[in-house]
Amino acid sequence: MNRAQREAAVRQLMERGAPQVPADLYAEVVRRGSRMLRRRSAARRFMWLLLFAASVAFVVWALTARPWVEPPSTTTPPMTGW
Amino acid sequence: MRQRQASQGTRRSREFEAFVAGAAGRLLHAATLLTAESPDDNPRARRLLTLALAHTYACWDRLRGEDPYDRARQYLALRFAHGAWRRHGVLFGGRTHPDSPLSRLTPQERLVLVLRLYEGVAEQQTAALLGLPTERVHTICDRATATLLHPPRGAAPAVVGAKVVAS
Repeated sequence: MNRAQREAAVRQLMERGAPQVPADLYAEVVRRGSRMLRRRSAARRFMWLLLFAASVAFVVWALTARPWVEPPSTTTPPMTGW
Repeated sequence: MRQRQASQGTRRSREFEAFVAGAAGRLLHAATLLTAESPDDNPRARRLLTLALAHTYACWDRLRGEDPYDRARQYLALRFAHGAWRRHGVLFGGRTHPDSPLSRLTPQERLVLVLRLYEGVAEQQTAALLGLPTERVHTICDRATATLLHPPRGAAPAVVGAKVVAS
């Protein structure tokens, strides 16, 4: 028995007894699939919202803290009395 | 604009319904072979099929000319591989039904055999999908074929034992 014959025999063995497809399969698939889509779009919306909130928070912080302004020196005392 | 969207939606659902009507029978047969359940009582295979088709439904618009059947089959195979690994381990056969032609094989052997011989996926693609070397797929396929065609004596009690342990 060569390879092709063996494979054909196994194929024949596997082809036997096809199961019955359940009648409500399509409805169930669409229900689950649309739930997946809904969840995905909700997650995407949530991510965008989070990004927006983070950037707003950063801008507000930057405007109030002004990190680019040189802080007043704490080591050298101010020169007065010249 | 809304009308166009609606008509696109109905076209999409019609296409998907046609796809399900065409592919469900063969995919369910493949899933039943994978889970080694009886053709009349196959809750695990049905669940696998439902999940695979729902996944295909969710990425239907992003297929861009790719074969949806191929996509569903890939998802089914990977889902089964992960489930078999998580629930039963590779060594145990899980709950197999003696009616199934593949009940004597391990989940991995069933997976390779169904992909290679029942679905006719090429050896390289099977290997890439499962993350195995091509030679390994070849070996597993050969061994599974040999086990099926020349059943070793004393294998049947082992399956019954595994069944008792699993349930």
